[in-house]
Amino acid sequence: MVRQLIADLEDVNEVNKQLDTMGYNIGIRLIDEFLAKSKTGKCIDFRDTADKIAKVGFKMFLNTSAAVANWNSESTECSLILEDNPLTDFVELPENYSGLIYCNVLCGVIRGALEMVNITVSCSFVKDVLRGDDVSELRLKLLSQMHETYPYRDDD
Amino acid sequence: MPAIYALYVINKSGGLIYNKEFVVMASNNLNDTLRLASIWHSLHAIAAQLSPAPGCTGIELLQADTFDLHCFQTLTGTKMLMVVEPNTPDVDILLKDTIYDLYCDFVLKNPFYEVEMPIRCELFDLNLFQTINNVHRRWGLIH
Repeated sequence: MVRQLIADLEDVNEVNKQLDTMGYNIGIRLIDEFLAKSKTGKCIDFRDTADKIAKVGFKMFLNTSAAVANWNSESTECSLILEDNPLTDFVELPENYSGLIYCNVLCGVIRGALEMVNITVSCSFVKDVLRGDDVSELRLKLLSQMHETYPYRDDD
Repeated sequence: MPAIYALYVINKSGGLIYNKEFVVMASNNLNDTLRLASIWHSLHAIAAQLSPAPGCTGIELLQADTFDLHCFQTLTGTKMLMVVEPNTPDVDILLKDTIYDLYCDFVLKNPFYEVEMPIRCELFDLNLFQTINNVHRRWGLIH
């Protein structure tokens, strides 16, 4: 799939962007399955959210689990560390595509899924096994969290 | 005698995206159904705000003389309504577990389905009927 995108779009940055968009579209549908199958309720806070993504979400969809680490002091940013990523099995990046974020689709999925439950986040890869790092690390940053979309609370 | 009369799905903006009746119901045209769906959506939202109980998420059950209406709202804002015979047991579980699972598997995973749009998925219909039939069989309504 990624190869096809490279062939179609030719530019590595475009491919990264497209992967993210595809992930986003997967995420907005995936979230319902996650909620239905995992029987989870509302998360208490963003820490809880991150834990659930790492422990339940990754387990369910990738059959691996991630570690949550490197929280910033306000609890709005964290890293998900993937030690074992089945998407990268049997994949090697050629030299000339070193800018390619092969698993960028994951970022999109997380962003899309969380947006559907009113949590806006930005998500990006900071470390990638394919680019020579020892682990894959996703940086997750909470942008805003609305408790309700509808009805809009006008008093707060 | 417990029985399931109908299933409705309302999207997060209050539009009816699925309706299916499992028994012959009083003549109810589509326009009326659509209107009722959006009225329910608004009532649900108003109820959540008016409720004295903290953390209320809206109406879950409406009991009338001739039917019970169960409403299950997913965390993403989609509502699933089920109209059943009064005092039918375990409808909330059926909605939450079985119907929601079917919705994920056969609606959301259908690549031709666009989110928030009316549901026209053959497999969803098929599996829904099977599920409802199984439930009815369990209750001894059909053999």
